Amino acid sequence: MLLISCPWCGEREETEFHYGGQAFVSYPADPESLTDEEWAQYVFFRDNPKGDFAERWVHSAGCRRWFNTVRNTVTSEFLS
Amino acid sequence: MEHPDWLWRTPEPKKSYDVVIVGAGGHGLATAYYLARNHGITNVAVLEKGWLAGGNMARNTTIIRSNYLWDESAGIYEHSLKLWEGLREDLEYDFLFSQRGVLNLAHTLQDVREGMRRVNANRLNGIDGEWLTPDEVAKVCPIVNTSPDVRYPVLGGTWQPRAGIAKHDYVAWAFARKADRYGVDLIQGCEVTGFITDGNRVTGVETNRGPIHAGRIGLAAAGHTSVLASTLGIRLPLQSHPLQALVSELLEPVHPTVVMSNHVHVYVSQAHKGELVMGAGIDSYNSYGQRGSVHVIEQQMAAALELFPVFAHAHLIRTWGGIVDVTPDASPIIGRTPVENLFVNCGWGTGGFKATPGVGWVFAHTLAHGEPHELNEPFTLERFTTGALIDEHGAAAVAH
Amino acid sequence: MRLAQGGEIDRTRPLTFTLDGVEYTGFDGDTLASAMLANGIVQVAPSLYRQRPRGIFSAGVEEPNALVQVGAEPSLQATTVRLRAGLVARTLSGVGRLTPEPEQHRYDKRFTHTDILVIGAGPSGRMAARTAAAGGARVILVGAGLPELSDPSGNVESRGPLGGIGDELAATQLRVLTGATAFGYYDSNYVLVAHKQTLWHIRARRVILATGAHEQPIVFENNDRPGIMLAGAVRKYITQYAVLPGRNAVVCTTNDSAYATVAALVQAGARVTVVDSRPIPPDLAPKGVEVISGLVTNTEGRHRITAAAVTTGSTQDRRIECDLLAVSGGWQPAVHLFSQSRGSVRWNGQAFVPDASAQANRVVGAANGTFDTRAALIEAAEAAVEAAAAVGYPVAMPPLPAVQEREITPDNPVWLVPGDPANQFVDLQRDATVADVRRAVGAGMRSPEHVKRYTTIGTGADQGRTSNIPALGVIAEALGTTPGELGTTTFRAPSVPVSFALMAGRDRGKLHDPIRTTPIHSWHVTNGAEFENVGQWKRPWFYPKPGEDMETAVLRECRAARTGVGMQDASTLGKIEVVGPDAGEFLNRMYTNAFKKLAVGSARYGMMCKADGMVFDDGVTMRLADDRYYVTTTTGGAANVLDWFEEWSQTEWPELAVTFTSVTEQWSTIAVVGPRSRAVIGLVAPDLDVSNEAFPFMTFRETTLHNGIPARIARISFSGELAYEVNVSGWYGLAAWEAIHEEGRPYGITPYGTETMHVLRAEKGFPIVGQDTDGTVTPHDLGMSWIVSQRKDFVGKRSLRRPDTARPDRKHLVGLLPVDPGQLLPEGAQMVALDAPTTPPVPMEGHVTSSYRSAALERTFALALIRNGRNRIGETLRAPLGDRVIEAIVTEPVFYDKEGARRDG
Repeated sequence: MLLISCPWCGEREETEFHYGGQAFVSYPADPESLTDEEWAQYVFFRDNPKGDFAERWVHSAGCRRWFNTVRNTVTSEFLS
Repeated sequence: MEHPDWLWRTPEPKKSYDVVIVGAGGHGLATAYYLARNHGITNVAVLEKGWLAGGNMARNTTIIRSNYLWDESAGIYEHSLKLWEGLREDLEYDFLFSQRGVLNLAHTLQDVREGMRRVNANRLNGIDGEWLTPDEVAKVCPIVNTSPDVRYPVLGGTWQPRAGIAKHDYVAWAFARKADRYGVDLIQGCEVTGFITDGNRVTGVETNRGPIHAGRIGLAAAGHTSVLASTLGIRLPLQSHPLQALVSELLEPVHPTVVMSNHVHVYVSQAHKGELVMGAGIDSYNSYGQRGSVHVIEQQMAAALELFPVFAHAHLIRTWGGIVDVTPDASPIIGRTPVENLFVNCGWGTGGFKATPGVGWVFAHTLAHGEPHELNEPFTLERFTTGALIDEHGAAAVAH
Repeated sequence: MRLAQGGEIDRTRPLTFTLDGVEYTGFDGDTLASAMLANGIVQVAPSLYRQRPRGIFSAGVEEPNALVQVGAEPSLQATTVRLRAGLVARTLSGVGRLTPEPEQHRYDKRFTHTDILVIGAGPSGRMAARTAAAGGARVILVGAGLPELSDPSGNVESRGPLGGIGDELAATQLRVLTGATAFGYYDSNYVLVAHKQTLWHIRARRVILATGAHEQPIVFENNDRPGIMLAGAVRKYITQYAVLPGRNAVVCTTNDSAYATVAALVQAGARVTVVDSRPIPPDLAPKGVEVISGLVTNTEGRHRITAAAVTTGSTQDRRIECDLLAVSGGWQPAVHLFSQSRGSVRWNGQAFVPDASAQANRVVGAANGTFDTRAALIEAAEAAVEAAAAVGYPVAMPPLPAVQEREITPDNPVWLVPGDPANQFVDLQRDATVADVRRAVGAGMRSPEHVKRYTTIGTGADQGRTSNIPALGVIAEALGTTPGELGTTTFRAPSVPVSFALMAGRDRGKLHDPIRTTPIHSWHVTNGAEFENVGQWKRPWFYPKPGEDMETAVLRECRAARTGVGMQDASTLGKIEVVGPDAGEFLNRMYTNAFKKLAVGSARYGMMCKADGMVFDDGVTMRLADDRYYVTTTTGGAANVLDWFEEWSQTEWPELAVTFTSVTEQWSTIAVVGPRSRAVIGLVAPDLDVSNEAFPFMTFRETTLHNGIPARIARISFSGELAYEVNVSGWYGLAAWEAIHEEGRPYGITPYGTETMHVLRAEKGFPIVGQDTDGTVTPHDLGMSWIVSQRKDFVGKRSLRRPDTARPDRKHLVGLLPVDPGQLLPEGAQMVALDAPTTPPVPMEGHVTSSYRSAALERTFALALIRNGRNRIGETLRAPLGDRVIEAIVTEPVFYDKEGARRDG
């Protein structure tokens, strides 16, 4: 059970959150101008590092705000 | 259970091989075996950073079935089940394969529709399957609570009689033993750290035990496949998540089959020795930690008792976590990569164990010929670009 | 044999119990095992595979042999079962039995936070807890399960869980869980504790682990006979339970700790011979006790040990008659929980001891390999001082109790004594021997993980507490290395067995998942509705009248809606208010069609896709004001849609000024459907001009019902009929329903459920997301290209022109009319071409998603997703259904009122 620090509510139990996967994957400014390959990268491809990972969480059973963290995918420790 | 007196050598790696397989899990070992058996390619090394078959092969709940919805999935899983049915004789090893059947329970009207859809598709694909009413469910597995007073009553279920379980470790050892016998080098404690390349072509791997050259390289390292591929700039649509499982103490036979429920989320069987073996849900976050969160286990216990009140006094004696590598459509990627001579087999999510012989067969073919077998042809990396997904998420049963 | 005096049992409270059908008596304070020994019973059920006689081996959680079934509870250790009056137990050969008896207990969970959690209530744990609490920090002390772990030093009194510290700390924030066992240690200092029928979840800022150590056996030939016990256990039986397990004892040890047992045995009147592995044994035995430098190599006896064979370095081998052999092979710190916390361990030449912490914890005392009592207490106090300071309640080092210091003779660890490996047991519970281990190594195995799996050593319910270290010793010897080089196998939760029921708690039956009902639910129940589970909701499925089956009821309900008037509780629809100046722009980006220019007072049906272009949800949205929309979603999709909106709003377009509020529970929605619905609405909403001109299709009006209830009434139709949706505050839902039902009575208003709703919409070809779609279906596949805007971007749009998604021959939603109008295609039937082969593999063209009997059409019909379906209208397909085949003709998906003439009444 992870202890996750919500920037607005402080440390709360993992069960209050939903996971949002990799952070900083922006919706393309003009999807229609992308090739199929580029669009597929946006829709389906995410990093899967063994180590530090910038990722998103949403405090869905709390303030319902999204935020970014950096967590180590081996130790599960949050670095930010 | 009597094991053979001899299993495998502990060889030093040679400087070069025709084929190097990265990952000595069930898939890597089966691939090596079929490379030798079907294609006569024996100058092969299987490199394993830890101990042989110590990853997901050692951590799964050993369910074997082929009742998948889509033709592509049904093709490869049924091929695998057919191989399972002759594998004990082929490998000369009793790995306790038991065709005790798998029940997939339905708890909502939509579950019923999906179950009927799948059974009908299975039968037309030549896969055994039937629809059971709640009374028939109770006959197949009397301990399932089919009374209407549970939160989500059992409305029926699909039944695949040929499905079952096998002892996971022994399966791996059986493949390893035969591969070793063919001359395949199984090299444990050998971690691949990078690739040796020549232009857009791989020619070998860098390891903690020095460089090893290879004509062709097959990655069969589950979630680590994406870590390795990324060193060549190849992105794979994989996410690694913890998947937990658990066992009880040894108990007298009480559960005659395998029961899976998508809606109440249970999958449980009773192993030969007598322990109940149960899988939990996938943890939400990415992890390579081989550990998950305990609330997932607690939910699993509640779900299990909802359907099996008789389990109340059983004891949890061990939980553990594997790392499942999941693709966006919950189907694997088996085949070529953008880099010449490099092939991948990954993205099996929760389905890898049952596919072990089948994937060994087709991945060996792929490595031997440099192009896919017809059964793994649909499972390309390109499908994520074209949109021709094989989406086992929405329509198929709980994917374990 | 029970001693005449001593122990911590209550001799005034005798308890009668039954073991294997025979009645015995023990005392309150006994464990089942101590009571058995008091009655002269040492032998338990035979071993798992080899059926060898076995006996009580230990006095705690490490017990491998003495498994019992107590009533419905399988596989309990007799050494941890507290004796109670009337207890009925049966000894088990390693395999328990599940029985369907109803549970006696209610299990529950508690959740708490604490500054400092101390695990283990031995001397170190008590010292740590007492010290840590003195400064005012919140401290929880978790006592070990009953009975406590043995104290290897043997010279600190361990009476009671607190040793009398409870009183002096009454004023502090120390909470003691006695008889509780911490069994799981997870990330961020999250610890699970089993405490009777309660499962505690404790989140601690600091954890101090004082979990003690487990005594290790020595592996010699026939080391499994009844009467062979761990030395610490023998001492515990004498001192805590006043039970003498044997009168004629041999004590075989590699270390000093067993001399406390020797002293206890002598004091209890037993004859004792000591066999010490060290060349020069220490002078610790009482006068008159023979101490031999040597090792036990073998034993004799059938149902109980009768003699031990002893080899000595200097003199002749000996045979010593005995009825008890107490063994101490050294102590392994109980590192289970520390290891679960991701802490690393290292081999110190004798045992694995904690190395580096991975969380905010410290290990103290015997658990840290510190077996000297004074050093252990100092360690515990120091850890407590550090932890107290870290959590902001500093304390000073406490005074240490006077402890008799003494010289320690170093251990001489021995894993294995030469002998016949086939009868040298490494794991008593799994019946695995040195021969098994050697066979695994001989087969090529090098990893302890492989050997463990090959032999099953260490996989029992005792978690290998008495087998892991000996196994490593044997493997290391076979491979010519050390246990430290091999490393230990991973420790996993739970460290002691816990029942499924305890883990499940109360989340069962009605509490397994919340049940959601609408404000009108009681009416549905009273009026005989059958219910369907939709997500967490209970929805009326149909309302059978006496004597009606489902088919008859649904046909009647459908007929009423098509020819008269029906009503349905649609309150479960998800409802979201989307508010802000950019609300329209936001919805434009979410939905495939446009909402920005929707007029205030109007409603529009919309569809949403995920980024992959596949249909995700749909529903009607009303524009309440320039900056306010009222979005409805599917019943099952409401939470997902709200999450989806918030995600995009917060993470992609924070510049858009828009907020979202779920109002599903705040509104009740009643659909009033059919040609006579206008008349009913006219009566119930007298202020409303219900004429088609004043109140056209896809508009809504705010009004007040005749009973004073404010209502928002919309002209929306999911059936093709003239229809209204009456939205009122949830508080008034039932009143509004009853009012409509009353006003509709003259028109024969008929309540209908989800089944009729499904039939009516299917007759019109309206798809249900999740039934007619499955995550692989685009709006184009549904034949709804008209809803896909070409003029704006929306989430998923780009995916629609990928090569596969743009194929013209994808599966399309079409209608199917069975050739025989009386035959009903089963939902889920697969359709194949007429000329398809009859034996597998049979190519499939698609499947039936919805199928019904239609009152209006007076026949059966279906919807299906069929490959290239829109270009195959008129083709006959067949559904092979095992023993029968149904042929059906592909049609347009709209079966009823294709012109749309009925919606205006």
